Amino acid sequence: MTKYKTVGKSKVKIDSLSLATGESRFTDDFELKNPLYLAILYSPHAHAEILNIDDSAARQMKGVVDVFHYGNVKPILHTTAGQGFPEPSPYDTTLFDTKVRFVGDRVAMVAAESREIAEEAIKHITVDYKILEPLFDPEKAMNEDAPQLHGPDRFTPIGAKYEPGKNLAAEVEIEFGDIKKGEREADFVLDHTYYAHYGSHCAQEPHAAISYFDETGRLVIVCTTQVPFHVRRIVSKVCEFPLSKIRVVKPRIGGGFGGKQEVFLEPLVALTTIRHKRPAKIVLNRKEVFQNSRTRHPVRTRLRTGVKKNGEITFLEMDSLLNSGAYGTHALTVLSNCGAKVLPMFNKIENLHFLGRSVYTNLPVGGAYRGYGATQGYFAMNQQIDMIARKLGVDLLEFIKKNHIRVGETSGVFRALGEGKEGVTQYIHSCKLDECIDIGAREIGWYEKRGKKIQNGDKIKGLGMMVAMQGSGIPMVDMGAAYMKMNDDGSFNLDIGATDIGTGSDTILAQIAAEVLSVDLDKIIVLSSDTDRTPFDVGAYASSTTYVSGGAVKKCAEKIRSQIISAASEMMKTDKENLELCDGKVTDGKNNRFVSLSDVAVYTLYSENQFQIQAGASQIVEESPPPFIAQFAEVEVDTKTGKVDLIKFVSVVDCGQAINPKLAEGQIEGATVNGICYALTEEYKFSKNGNLLTKQFRDYKIWSAADLPEIKTIVVDSHEETGPFGAKSVGEIGINGPMPAIANAIYDAVGVRMFKAPFTPARVYREMQKSGCQHY
Amino acid sequence: MNGKFVVNGKQYQFNFNSDERLLFTLRNHGFKEVKNGCLEGECGACLILLNGKPVNSCQVFTASAIGKDIKTVKGIGNLHEPHVIQEAFVEAGAVQCGYCTPGMILATYALLQNKPKPSESEIKNALDGNLCRCTGYVKIIEAVKLAAERLNGVKENKALYGEK
Repeated sequence: MTKYKTVGKSKVKIDSLSLATGESRFTDDFELKNPLYLAILYSPHAHAEILNIDDSAARQMKGVVDVFHYGNVKPILHTTAGQGFPEPSPYDTTLFDTKVRFVGDRVAMVAAESREIAEEAIKHITVDYKILEPLFDPEKAMNEDAPQLHGPDRFTPIGAKYEPGKNLAAEVEIEFGDIKKGEREADFVLDHTYYAHYGSHCAQEPHAAISYFDETGRLVIVCTTQVPFHVRRIVSKVCEFPLSKIRVVKPRIGGGFGGKQEVFLEPLVALTTIRHKRPAKIVLNRKEVFQNSRTRHPVRTRLRTGVKKNGEITFLEMDSLLNSGAYGTHALTVLSNCGAKVLPMFNKIENLHFLGRSVYTNLPVGGAYRGYGATQGYFAMNQQIDMIARKLGVDLLEFIKKNHIRVGETSGVFRALGEGKEGVTQYIHSCKLDECIDIGAREIGWYEKRGKKIQNGDKIKGLGMMVAMQGSGIPMVDMGAAYMKMNDDGSFNLDIGATDIGTGSDTILAQIAAEVLSVDLDKIIVLSSDTDRTPFDVGAYASSTTYVSGGAVKKCAEKIRSQIISAASEMMKTDKENLELCDGKVTDGKNNRFVSLSDVAVYTLYSENQFQIQAGASQIVEESPPPFIAQFAEVEVDTKTGKVDLIKFVSVVDCGQAINPKLAEGQIEGATVNGICYALTEEYKFSKNGNLLTKQFRDYKIWSAADLPEIKTIVVDSHEETGPFGAKSVGEIGINGPMPAIANAIYDAVGVRMFKAPFTPARVYREMQKSGCQHY
Repeated sequence: MNGKFVVNGKQYQFNFNSDERLLFTLRNHGFKEVKNGCLEGECGACLILLNGKPVNSCQVFTASAIGKDIKTVKGIGNLHEPHVIQEAFVEAGAVQCGYCTPGMILATYALLQNKPKPSESEIKNALDGNLCRCTGYVKIIEAVKLAAERLNGVKENKALYGEK
């Protein structure tokens, strides 16, 4: 079907055999000579001032080398958000502070000769706290009498709206048209409030970092990161150590999902190594990952929509309140995306108002998480759309088809809402959403089963669905770069800043290079994400790698191709126009001659007019073409217990040309199952003092293979003209669907609206009782 | 303490603390392919075969494993001569970040030793103790089926040629 040789083929992921045989090295697998092990003392209080820290007992312990806290570490305000510079997140964090803001906030750190000693020593640090009133309810965060978390010294480096005195970490507002006019025109108004909850990324590899001085005295950091270049910049700032003396190496990464877009461990190992001239190491345990690293921001979304009887939506008001937790990392940009990734989907609405606020609370810290606001926003939007269609008495699929954005169309939201600044105007060049909807409907049996309430004893079946779009990188912000050189045998080194965290980006970027140069994939030798050895890339986030970094690789390989053709034309004494690259050769079709790539390499390296065939290229994108998805759920709800069994889940995605269909499917499948557990079983529960109670896998349930329903994933044939070989992104979009699709399916089965997630048996049962529909 | 262990067919003498868990003893002695995921016996990243049985090595005191036979993922195949199961995981696209993969592959190995032709639900149940956040398990299950098919094919072929 495809005209490509390597692109569009499900090539084997290039690092997978090394991983499957246990050869690949992750951060914790690097051997260090005589390292210091770090352990962190966390706050037992949600909100308190630290009056005094007595570390003398800990320091006297054998094997304890240092105790770090506010008394001996310079407080440099920064954000842990691994974003571009200047970061759109507020500078509200120091390595150690005189105040703690959630149960699990950092108080002190021990460096010791062994992990055991370090863990023991933190118990011997005595801290005097003055306990302050905690703030747990985001709705009350901006009340006049609310406890204030952050002082007036906190600031935002981009000059965005930020009022720490009001616990306001970020605010965005856009308005088009006239809401009042829309209200007058509406035949009915729906006004509902939805709650998306906390979530943990649950990457199987816990966060870790090591550091050491190499033989030239440069500081090397190996860490579980999605953003090695941002790590280098932020460590340099926070540790006041020259950036030129820092090298950050990304080894294999055991999953990220946004959780490793945070720079919060790297400064600790760096600080230790700089102070003690010894290697340092920290590996979080699972409880620390749940409580002390980062989470999905909970978001309360109120949606008001006015609708005419003919189906026209006359106005839409979205009011999003994001609980940022104790610090404001990603508080502005996730908030913006609650609107920016969701509102353009139904772009015919002329009267539109979006007000988003992110507030501080004394709870765990939010951060980047696959979906990044879109997940929270689509949860609300897709239930609201289902309600509108039902109220109008029209089929949901037809209603969506009439209202969604199409090729050639735009939305004012694209320009109005960027990430931390104004966005970029863009038109849709590719959208196969109707096809996605039709295929999904067939797969799930929409017209046979929707609304049929098929009963099986106490259980009732229902169908639900949703649609979503995401983006492909942050336009005019994200930059990726690539470098290539040619070797004697016609192989190529491809050095990229892009950060493979398990996604397969090393593979698909190599496929793009191989396609341009018409060589086998094994001729491309990939080195990624080493700040000394590879060019810059913002890192693995915002669904950017395929589109942005892939664009850089394509450009770079095209430069290499043109150098090869120049050299070959010299060798073959023919015009460049007669030459093309084909299956590892440069062929002169006209005269039926060829030279091999190896001949060209040897010629340029050793023979005449010698030079190294090499090139670098950067990519900054002007647009962020959205991938589209339609996701369908079939559930069976037990009316006696409220338990929701997911029977089948279908995802149909338009990600442009899939560079590697199997890897693209894998992205959707992984995101989907993550979204399913988030919808049904994953839950952060807190004690009344703000202590997280669900910080082990046995309490925070993510699914295993045994829990799996039938999962069907289909990648439709599509082409995005602005993308490398027609590609758009695929990494995040799949996580948006399960929560609204399952909620809509629950309604279809038992007629209750799940405004709050997750849909645990207790919660579903309660809703059924409230609506009096438990006795079917 | 110290004791003798057989790891991947070779004899070793390990020193370890009396309360040390086997996961750390193995990792301290260079068997880094045994991964630390949760230390609670919930995720299966540290799964090894102990006398042929799949166990989470974070839940085993090293002292209780003295003299026993230990197999890690490197014990069933390597880069140059991978095991059929390792190849199947690679080909099926079952490896994303790869952190859960050594445990998944050993759980599969143990399953296929006992049940050469497992049903889908037997596969799912056998992998119940191994968490993966990247793949959604779909391609892992496909990999196990592929490996089973190939192993059975090999066995049947061998039977044809009169091999044991």
